[in-house]
Amino acid sequence: MARKRYIQAINEALHEEMARDPKVILFGEDVELAIMGDARGLLDKFGRDRIRNTPICEATLTGMAVGASAAGYRVILHMMFSNFIYTGFDAIANQMAKLRLMTGGQATMPITIIAAYGGGGSNAAQHSDSGYPALVNLGGLNVVMPATPADAKGLLKTAIRGNNPTFFLEAIGRGGEQGEVPDGDYTVPFGKATVAREGKDVTIIALGSMLKPALSAAGKLQAQGIEAEVVDPRTIVPMDEEGLLRSVRKTGRVVVVDEARDRCSVASHIAAVMADVGFSALKAPVKRVTVPNVCMPYAPNSERLMIPSDERIAKVAAELLRSKAA
Amino acid sequence: MASLKFAPDAGQALALYERMLLIRRMEERLRADNAAGKLPGAVHLYIGQEAIAAAVCAQLAPTDWITSTHRGHGHFLAKGGDPAAMMAEIWAKKTGICKGMGGSMHVADFSKGILGANGIVGGGFAIATGAAFAAKLDKGKRIAAAFFGDGASNQGVFMECLNVSSLWKLPLVFVCEHNKFSEFTPAAQCTSGEIVDRARAFRIPTFVVDGNDAFAVWDAAAQAVAHARSGEGPAFIEAHTYRIQGHLEAEALMLGGGKYREQSEIDTWIAKDPVERLKATLLADGRANAQQVQAIADRVAAQVEAAVKFAEESEPADPELPFDLMFVERKA
Repeated sequence: MARKRYIQAINEALHEEMARDPKVILFGEDVELAIMGDARGLLDKFGRDRIRNTPICEATLTGMAVGASAAGYRVILHMMFSNFIYTGFDAIANQMAKLRLMTGGQATMPITIIAAYGGGGSNAAQHSDSGYPALVNLGGLNVVMPATPADAKGLLKTAIRGNNPTFFLEAIGRGGEQGEVPDGDYTVPFGKATVAREGKDVTIIALGSMLKPALSAAGKLQAQGIEAEVVDPRTIVPMDEEGLLRSVRKTGRVVVVDEARDRCSVASHIAAVMADVGFSALKAPVKRVTVPNVCMPYAPNSERLMIPSDERIAKVAAELLRSKAA
Repeated sequence: MASLKFAPDAGQALALYERMLLIRRMEERLRADNAAGKLPGAVHLYIGQEAIAAAVCAQLAPTDWITSTHRGHGHFLAKGGDPAAMMAEIWAKKTGICKGMGGSMHVADFSKGILGANGIVGGGFAIATGAAFAAKLDKGKRIAAAFFGDGASNQGVFMECLNVSSLWKLPLVFVCEHNKFSEFTPAAQCTSGEIVDRARAFRIPTFVVDGNDAFAVWDAAAQAVAHARSGEGPAFIEAHTYRIQGHLEAEALMLGGGKYREQSEIDTWIAKDPVERLKATLLADGRANAQQVQAIADRVAAQVEAAVKFAEESEPADPELPFDLMFVERKA
């Protein structure tokens, strides 16, 4: 174990996987200078065949990822801000997500798309989306959202070695956060939720960037005598529904925290699963804490109001406990 | 003809004719079976454009990649795809080349370099560019060819792929089949300037040919493919042709009496039929005799019959298969 930053963990995974398999290539806008930090040092080590700046043409980059993977490469496509996924969406939605089915299983597409998502940096609406619900709904894509340096490294390695298109979504502006990362070569399996904090009164399911405020909320709740269990699904597709239900069966109460807009968010889906499959275990309504159905504003005071905060999460969780007392 | 730089020898010319005739007869059979209500989905037929797929693919190696369009049966067959497996796919059978999961607009055979017909107009450009990028990284002699229509040339991704492929000197041949229509809209209403000029703007070598002249396409394709294979970057072919059939069979229902072209226009192009034209040339210049031509016709007819019989007699697709095909090694 060693303490490492989130961005450093991602960078290590890229270095290790590119060294491990010469068929791994990485391309995207401004990757040679590693403008997002995570690709640092790759160009010097692996050269321009394997690390390459592209023109700004997302519609082509996503399609090229499909073509290059069909032709035998393991493609890592860096899309910088996740909003740029929209610009490249045709090949994602109409090709990448569908070609395996449409070709009767002939297409195997080992593609990892890296993008930073979420708000909090006054980047305004076109650079702050958490647009993954659309990806999740497409069906043929894995979507992983590591919240810690250890999971970032382990999930990225699993993504690169895997044979399915996978979106690896980094929480924006969180690259400096530190955590313990296991030494040596290790991977984190997809579809395994993890309990980040144990508790018996209420389950807080927190996606990606929301783990931090959820853990902070659990601290606030403890001061009120409420023991919150915080669960991190880690991967959204595939999702460890059983792992989430296990916690809900223990606590009987659940709050789902998601930085996506509320309507048709991943929180909405998880809430539906909990209400459906977990109904008999529930002692209170399933609650969602999400971004309201607005675009992310630029003004820091307004942006803070929109992104789920530890206060908002703690308040919703505490109300669930009060509804029990009433 | 004497001015051609590359021309097929007698054997190649006969093989070219046979491939074109196979495409034609397969399409005609699909037209009939569609009209008879035997096919579950729409078909977009390639009748009138056969010379382009056949003459271009004749220059390609089995390991080269192609991407195709929603009008993709011709490219599939020209690149060596199995007629019976294609027919079974269109009939939505388990034995279809895509196990009945893709249908007419998505026939693909990766083992033969056919990265698929594509239901998205312009959907093949970037896939072909990515395959060409992979070929370049492999440092081999493999190339990719992207077939597309004049309609697709108005998609923004076309410009992006011209830029990237020229910038990176990718082994890629763009094959624009200018069939004069974007679905139900004549080219004059949606395409500004000459499409070939768009490629010229990126310093890509270009060839403009009569797409109904199989030998002219052969010559241009041989040069374009040689250029791409040399490592000097992409090449571009604009082949002028005409879509004899509608955008899709049964379009009359969609048009509801509306009209986007005149029968007289269609007739002038039927008179320029590339299949008949090649046959006439072969017979006239002595590369083929009537017996050989008849033998080809008989062989093709038998192949089409066998393909339809195979499709008809095959089991329906497995309706549960989608659960297995969304992800590798995992159920959806």
